Amino acid sequence: MRYNVILPTGVLVASLLFSGCGQKEDANADSTPAAPASTETSTTASAADFNAAIEQYRTFAVEQCDLFVKETEKFTNAVKAGNLDEAKKLYAPARAYYERIEPVAEALGDLDPNIDARVNDVDAADWRGFHRIEKALWEDKTTTGQEGYADQLLKDAQLLRAKIETIDIDASLMVTGAVELLNEVSSSKVTGEEELYSHTDLYDFAANVEGASKIFEILKPELAKKDADLEKEIGERFATLKQELDAFKKGDGYVDYTELKDDQIRKLSQNLDALAEPLSNMGKILGV
Amino acid sequence: MSDHNQNSNDNSILKKPMTRRDVLRLAGSGGLGLLLGGSTFGLFAAQNNRKTKAANATGTTDNQVPFYGQHQAGIITPAQNFICFAAFDVTASGSSSLQKLFRTWTAAAAAMAEGKQVGEESTNHNLPPVDTGESVGLNPSRLTITFGAGPSLFDDRFGLSGKRPPSFKDLPAFNGEQLEPQWCGGDIGVQVCADDMQVAFHAVRNLARMARGTAVLRWVQEGFQRSTQADPSGSTPRNLLGFKDGTANPAVTSAQDMNKVVWAQGSDGAAWMGGGSYMAVRRIRMRIEVWDRSSLKDQEDTFGRYRGSGAPLGAKNEFDAVDLNAKDEKGNPHIPADSHVALAKGDGSIQILRRSYSYSGGMDLKTGQLDAGLLFISYQRDLFKQFVTMQQKLAKSDRLNEYTLHVGSAVFACFPGVSNGGYIGDTLF
Repeated sequence: MRYNVILPTGVLVASLLFSGCGQKEDANADSTPAAPASTETSTTASAADFNAAIEQYRTFAVEQCDLFVKETEKFTNAVKAGNLDEAKKLYAPARAYYERIEPVAEALGDLDPNIDARVNDVDAADWRGFHRIEKALWEDKTTTGQEGYADQLLKDAQLLRAKIETIDIDASLMVTGAVELLNEVSSSKVTGEEELYSHTDLYDFAANVEGASKIFEILKPELAKKDADLEKEIGERFATLKQELDAFKKGDGYVDYTELKDDQIRKLSQNLDALAEPLSNMGKILGV
Repeated sequence: MSDHNQNSNDNSILKKPMTRRDVLRLAGSGGLGLLLGGSTFGLFAAQNNRKTKAANATGTTDNQVPFYGQHQAGIITPAQNFICFAAFDVTASGSSSLQKLFRTWTAAAAAMAEGKQVGEESTNHNLPPVDTGESVGLNPSRLTITFGAGPSLFDDRFGLSGKRPPSFKDLPAFNGEQLEPQWCGGDIGVQVCADDMQVAFHAVRNLARMARGTAVLRWVQEGFQRSTQADPSGSTPRNLLGFKDGTANPAVTSAQDMNKVVWAQGSDGAAWMGGGSYMAVRRIRMRIEVWDRSSLKDQEDTFGRYRGSGAPLGAKNEFDAVDLNAKDEKGNPHIPADSHVALAKGDGSIQILRRSYSYSGGMDLKTGQLDAGLLFISYQRDLFKQFVTMQQKLAKSDRLNEYTLHVGSAVFACFPGVSNGGYIGDTLF
């Protein structure tokens, strides 16, 4: 599997061209709802700008995915070696690379549930991936019996890497993806449901925000042309939220989510909403 | 219990719980007197609602209450069926952010009062709709949105510290209250009332959405009263204790009375508040389960009125005068001196305009009991001379305090009305 992965990497540069062609069967079926039809007209006008932006983003996604595979392998190796403490240490940082590009991964059908499903997201028999192992590490306090899940997880990560260059990324996917990343935070991270056993929710929180921020940074020049006030407002609110998150940094990571008080969680959530609202208007750059 | 005392005051206010009779009377009297005392509270509100509806001073037409005018709508406007009250905290700093929010809210509130959507409908499929949409196709349902500033808005964040009216500050502690922070305070209070709950909710939702990044919700409470559909006659409504409530409000049709009781005058100490009004909000939990196992006699003695008719104890009809000196054949007073109506009546020198609603917060998870009560709201020209004076008396002695508990509290300086082209609070900046 690994080799498969490597192949595409080599082609990375060329992959830019794929944006139009790579219709992976299930590709962005769920992440680009209404946009396509209506964007067509206006995209032609500034198509060049978006091509550059799309390639910037694809490069970012591929980079993140490379790191994701690398760090996931360290994690799964620790699990297979029976090194409980090491595995727990590597768990959240490895996931962060995935969380930054989650909308892209979600465009790949089964990969997202295979990698990231929580306990009740899928039928018990189908449950695998990070959270399956998370439960063993934190709740059962053992790596025993997780070897198979570890192998599967690494394969799934590699498969994601192999497929990511073929995803049909367009500006609309980026715009909606940025908001989706924040919606992810709003609906599962803020509530502490994402990392039920490890309470490492803030790693995911921060990674989702970073992923959205990356998209914003790439599209910022275009947005500034269309609506400078909005561009400024979004920038300020990213800064506010990041500052808020920084308060919970601990070492290389973040504090256990259970350490947050209710009012701290509420403030994070409100700052997130304050950002996501204007961010959801970034679609202005797509025209009507 | 201590809350006894406290509550009593509140109760009266709130509630309406005056005895039926009291209520009735008050109601009947048209605000006469019962409540007079201070209690104008309870009764008033109820009555107002209904009564004033027909001939209303605010010029209600059909389903529409004008947003612009000398005074804000939603104060002397006959009470609508529902309320959705929202308190906000401002998170942005600087008065320009605040003014921008007020301008945005003004345009939205004026549009919604006419049954329109907020903002221009977008045809861009790549953007979220400007209005959230749940009120599309609904009439305005007499929607009113009333804005006020809390004492905390006058700290140093917005350069308004010199503008705080001298008599406007947080309420003193009252006997027996058990305030919970999640139901208290707020930089800004927004009272949204409508004859349709969805219309009211839509307004709060959209105002909160527009405020994102500038202000956040602090607390929200929905409330209701019996609807006009359920009681087309508009008789005095009953509170959740089963008693008629809200009768003796002052006559909102009398500009003279309103200027005396409700509207702050420019000469009162803060020129920018001339034509505005001070609002007191109390979330008063009713101990429903306890009340329900009290004997009818206890209940009636608590209010000082008969439950069925609302007549004062010893009298026959709802609007009969409350005679605190009336004695039964044994020489005991018909109306106990510590009954709600007796205390509320007082000497009739203090009045307030009540505009309360019942609320239900579902179930109390700790006790398994119903979380229900009164969202007491009153408007007055001076919080301390009127509301506080009245409430202190009730908090000390009212029999109703045994059955009620004040858990939430806030006060807001509600701005004068907005003229077309202006914005809420523009006299403040």
